[in-house]
Amino acid sequence: MKNKTLKNLFIVLVFIFLYLPIIALIAFSFNDSKLNIIFEGFTFKWYKILFTNTTLLDALKNTLIVAVTSTVISTIIGTLAAIGLYKYDFKGKNFINSLLYIPVVIPEIVLGISLLSIYTLMRLDLGLITLIISHIAFSIPYVIICVRTVISSMNWQIEEAAHDLGAGDFLTFRKIILPEIVPGIVSGATLAFTLSLDDVIISYFTTGPGSNTLPLQIYSMIKTGITPDVNALTTLIILVVMIILFTSTIVQMRKIKKGYQV
Amino acid sequence: MNRNLKFICLAPVVIYALILIFFPLIYILFISFQTSDNYGGIIYVFTIYNYIRIFDPVYLKVFFNSAIIGLFVTLACLLIAYPFSIFVSEKKPHIQKLLITLVLIPFLTNSLIRTYGWIVLLRKEGIFNTILESLSIIDNPLSFMYNNLGIFIGLTYTLLPFMILPIYNSVSKIDKKVIEAARDLGAKPLNIFFKVIVPSTYSGIFNGCIMTFIPAIGMFFIADLLGGGKTMLIGNLIKNQFLVSRNWPFGSALSIFLIIVTFLLVRLYKKLGGKLDDLGGF
Repeated sequence: MKNKTLKNLFIVLVFIFLYLPIIALIAFSFNDSKLNIIFEGFTFKWYKILFTNTTLLDALKNTLIVAVTSTVISTIIGTLAAIGLYKYDFKGKNFINSLLYIPVVIPEIVLGISLLSIYTLMRLDLGLITLIISHIAFSIPYVIICVRTVISSMNWQIEEAAHDLGAGDFLTFRKIILPEIVPGIVSGATLAFTLSLDDVIISYFTTGPGSNTLPLQIYSMIKTGITPDVNALTTLIILVVMIILFTSTIVQMRKIKKGYQV
Repeated sequence: MNRNLKFICLAPVVIYALILIFFPLIYILFISFQTSDNYGGIIYVFTIYNYIRIFDPVYLKVFFNSAIIGLFVTLACLLIAYPFSIFVSEKKPHIQKLLITLVLIPFLTNSLIRTYGWIVLLRKEGIFNTILESLSIIDNPLSFMYNNLGIFIGLTYTLLPFMILPIYNSVSKIDKKVIEAARDLGAKPLNIFFKVIVPSTYSGIFNGCIMTFIPAIGMFFIADLLGGGKTMLIGNLIKNQFLVSRNWPFGSALSIFLIIVTFLLVRLYKKLGGKLDDLGGF
C-alpha cells in the first residue's frame, strides 16, 4: 500500500509542476498591485481594465479568426486527403505522402522561415492572410494522421454495399463514409485548433505589423512591461478551455466506465 | 471509380504539399547557396561559404550548447514522463482518461503564456524567491532565470506533454499477461521492468525523445525570455539571421543543417521499428 501512496504522490507532483505557472497567472490576475510582484490584496479591477485594452482584445480576435479559419480549411483538405490517399493510387503518391510528414517532424522554426521566404518571394504582404495560410500549412498533416487512423480501421465493404444498392459516389460519401469517420475528423479538427492557439514560432515569422496574435502581443509586452490584465485574459481563456474539455471528458469517462463495469 | 471524386479528394492536398511544403524547402535550399549583400538582400551568386561558416567556432559553440541543453531537457522529460506514464496506466481506464486530459489542458493555453507564468514564479522578486525569503531559508534572492537553469526549466515544462503522450500510448499497449507470465516464471520486479516493460516501449521512448529534442533546440522564445539572451540555441541563431542581421542565405544554411539532423534522427527511429504516423504522439 505504501508503494501505491508513493506512486500517487509522484503523479500529484507532476501535476503541480504542470499547473504551477498557470495557477501563478490566475492568482496574480486578482492582485491589487500593478507590478505583478507582491500580492497586495484582492481585486477584480484588471478584468474591468481588460475590456478597455483594445490592443489585447484585437490580438485575441486575430488569434480566434486565425484558429477558426485555419481549422475549418485544414480539416476539409485533410479529411479529403486522408480518404483520397487511402483509396486512390496515382503517380507520385509516395512522394506526396513523405512530404506530408515534413511539417510534423522538422523544427517549427524551419517551417516558419521557409514560409516567410516564399511569401517574400511572391511579394505577399505579411498579415492575417499569410498567418492563416501558415497555420493551414502546419495543421493539415495532423488532420490527415487523425482521419487516417479511423479510415484504416473502417469496414470498406459497406461502401461497396451502398454502390450495389444503387447509391452514387457523392451519396455514398455523404451518407456512408462521412458518418463513419466523424470521430477522426473531430479529433483532427480539435488538434488543428489547439496547435493554432498554441503556436508562437511560425506565427512570429509569418505575421506582419498590425496583425498580432495574442501570444505575439504578450511576447512584445513581456519585453516592454506587462500589466495584470494579461493575467485576467489568460484566466478567462483557461476557464473556457477547462469547461469545454471537462464536459467532453466527463461524457467520455461515463462511457468508458460503463464499458469497464460490464 | 468516379474521377471527379478522386480529383476533389486529391487536388487540394497535392497543391498544398507542393506549394507549402516542397517549394519552400527547395527555395531555402537554393537561398542557402547564394550570397548575402549585408543589407538584407540576396545576391544571386553561387557559394558554399554559408556551409563553411557553420563550422566557425562561434557557431559550433551554439550547436554544442543546444545539444547539451536539448539532451538534458530530453533526459529530464524522460525521467518524469516514464514513471508517470506507468503509474497512470495502472489506474482504472476512466481515471486514465481524466489524468491524460489533465496533462493536455495546460497545452491548450499558449506556450508563451505559460512561459510568462514561469517568469512570475522564477524572477528575482518572483513567487519562489518571496516564499523562500519570507521563510528565512535564503537571505538574497536566487537566480532561477536569466541563465541556463531558466532555459532548462522552461523547456522541460513546455515539452513534457510531448514526452508523456507517446510514452503513455506505448506503455498502455503493453500486454499485462506478458508481465504476469514473467512474474510467474520468477522474474524480479527490476528484471521485469528492464527486460520486459522497457524493451516493449522502445519506439514510444524514441518517439518522445525526438518530439522533445528537436523542438527544444528550436524554441528561441524560451531561451530569449527565461535565459535572458545569454545562451544562444540554434533557434535563436536562425531567428537572428532572418530578422536581426538579415543574412537569409546563412540562416537558410543553418536551417538545412537542422533538417538534416532531424531526418537522421527520424531514420534511426524508423530503424528501431517506429511508425511515422505515431510521431505526432497524439
